[in-house]
Amino acid sequence: MEAISVDMNRLKAGEVNLGTSIMAVQFKDGVVIGADSRTTTGSYIANRVTDKLTHIHDRIYCCRSGSAADTQAIADVVHQHLQMYTQMVGGAPSVHVAANVFQDLCYTNKDNLSAGIIVAGWDKEVGPSVYNIPLGGGLFRQPWAIGGSGSTYVYGYCDATYQEGWGREETVNFVKNTLSLAMSRDGSSGGVIRMCIITEEGVERAFVPGNELPKFWEGNEVLGAPLKTKEVSDAVPMPVDA
Amino acid sequence: MTSIGTGYDLSASTYSPDGRIFQVEYANKAVENSGTAIGLRVKDGVVLAVEKLIHSKLLVPEANRRIQTVDRHVGLVSAGLLADGRNLANRSRDEASGYKDTYRQPIPLKFLADRLGMYVQTYTLYSSVRPFGCSTILGACDKTGPTLYIIEPSGVAYGYHGAAVGKGRQLAKTELEKIKLSELTMREAVMEAARIIHLVHDDQKEKDFELEITWVGEETKGVHLPVPKDLLEEASRRAKAALEEEIES
Amino acid sequence: MDHFPTNWGRPRNDAYDAYNTYPLHQRPSNAPTHDKFADAVQRTQQPIVTGTSVLAIMYKDGIMMAADNLASYGSLARFKSIQRLHAVGSNTVLGASGDMSDFQHIQSLLDALVTEEFTHQDANTLGPAEIHEYLARVMYARRSKMNPLWNALLVGGFKDGKRFLAYVDLLGVTYTAPSLATGYGAHIAIPLLRQAVDGRQDTLTEEEARKLLHDCMRVLFYRDARSLDKYQVATVTDAGVDISDTIKIDTTWDFAEGIRGYGAQTQ
Repeated sequence: MEAISVDMNRLKAGEVNLGTSIMAVQFKDGVVIGADSRTTTGSYIANRVTDKLTHIHDRIYCCRSGSAADTQAIADVVHQHLQMYTQMVGGAPSVHVAANVFQDLCYTNKDNLSAGIIVAGWDKEVGPSVYNIPLGGGLFRQPWAIGGSGSTYVYGYCDATYQEGWGREETVNFVKNTLSLAMSRDGSSGGVIRMCIITEEGVERAFVPGNELPKFWEGNEVLGAPLKTKEVSDAVPMPVDA
Repeated sequence: MTSIGTGYDLSASTYSPDGRIFQVEYANKAVENSGTAIGLRVKDGVVLAVEKLIHSKLLVPEANRRIQTVDRHVGLVSAGLLADGRNLANRSRDEASGYKDTYRQPIPLKFLADRLGMYVQTYTLYSSVRPFGCSTILGACDKTGPTLYIIEPSGVAYGYHGAAVGKGRQLAKTELEKIKLSELTMREAVMEAARIIHLVHDDQKEKDFELEITWVGEETKGVHLPVPKDLLEEASRRAKAALEEEIES
Repeated sequence: MDHFPTNWGRPRNDAYDAYNTYPLHQRPSNAPTHDKFADAVQRTQQPIVTGTSVLAIMYKDGIMMAADNLASYGSLARFKSIQRLHAVGSNTVLGASGDMSDFQHIQSLLDALVTEEFTHQDANTLGPAEIHEYLARVMYARRSKMNPLWNALLVGGFKDGKRFLAYVDLLGVTYTAPSLATGYGAHIAIPLLRQAVDGRQDTLTEEEARKLLHDCMRVLFYRDARSLDKYQVATVTDAGVDISDTIKIDTTWDFAEGIRGYGAQTQ
């Protein structure tokens, strides 16, 4: 049988990959966005404390997945564009506007980019919103969005857990737990959890160190290992009558 | 005009010693030669009206509309050189569709007026071009509510509650100032607009004219449309009646 | 037509991933490795986020179209509440299968076109026939640039008392019929639709049409692995375009309870 050739070698040789777990969730007063901190080249961890939460505007952030170079370049262009926009229009852009500028770049250059971006933030027109821009450059508004290689392992968890009408604390916990689960199953994700809570009042950072991640089932015995029998030290042989 | 014969009025790229650009001032004169156009920004929308002078009986009635549509929510009417007005309308359409391509939302009128002002202004900088011979009223209903702007040949773009350009603008402005614009509904504004246009026309003792009125706002769900025929006729009838009353008294 | 948008325009090889199970970014190529074109520059993209079948029929009062609410990412059901029916002006509806980002691009093209037509203020509006012809020109122009818009589209409408229903795809191929379907629907739903519709377009009632599409969407949900049990229906009649709220498909599974084994087994 012929070897199966991998059709899409999307990353160029040696390129830094954000094999990632990223997430954004909207709640009543704002959005919570979060990401792991692992950056890899192949299986080597190039950076274990990366910040993948990228500032776009006062109340708009994005989470980047795919090629680090591509997504940084896109984020920089959008950042510049929106600064210009703010001056021209005389006010902060809505999240919708930011997401559309991202989408425009991702769509028109789709053949040359590998970028999966989640745009999230707060604006005075609609309040909190989350937009997902997956690989091909489509634009989808969602109440919650997950992305990156780690996300495929936690769709079920998110579907089962998410509920409308959450407050800030519940939302932060949801993000923390989801990312923790994704990081534990995805080799390309790991390190720490970084989060931002974006509300009308401002942007607040939250941090979970890699040794304090929420813990879930990790297994407690090694299957197939020889059974450990309890050693009884003070056992006295039974007297045998002669 | 003191400027004639001084040589400072031959080019838009030359100031007079007292800091004026005569070509721009002459462009304003061109505006005064055309029928009056007005705009009313009221509680729930914007109404645009124009006195369309009929210079020939051979023209098809109601053809050659003077008020143009720039985007679904933006109307434009200009006074002065009508061909210049068309050029501005086309430019506005490009601006509006370009904005939508990038941001997928309707262009805010403030943004459009600023951009259009910049465009008009560039025609006051060079000796190779002539400034726009028209003043343009832009009216729209965007996410900030009803908005109304005038762009002058100099390129300045100011926002207004009530706007008037063209031959009868002085009288029209006086009339607009008497109205509590921010308390009017769109329907009431249509009546007022018709009355003002009839009044300023009567004042000029001009030849025939057609009244053209469009609106954008709550009545039209944010779309710029000509007012319905029956409403236009009623507004015209009332305007004429009001005029006659005034003459009698 | 191949049901999987991923495979459109690709060499056929059923040996690998006939069921489209790989996430797209690591899909194996169907092309043999010694392909003469293997080293060539590939300018055509591949669809990433995709929608499956669209169904449409003519009926007494106009046309009716249905499409489910799913946008897939390979085999992952990624977006489960997106709309694949789009109103164009007040006489036309567009239904799209294939790449959803390209569909969104087409939506903005059409919105710009309709707005331009509106600004002319000449009492003329674009009808379904014009929209379809425009799309056919766009789709063919893009395939001729070796950079197609990866969609199969149905255009339906009702204007000046006339029904219109036509197909156009990523190659610029067009055709028309009283009942049309894209993707898997072209295999599974078309026989059902033709039996019920063709020759009866003038008498088929709205109620019958709705039931027909509902039944077809159910069959597609049973048999199309990239489908969803939530869909929307659009009608275009002399009253204009109406796109329904999401409809949930009712399904039957009771008969399965007693099934045992795969042959002789009885318990």
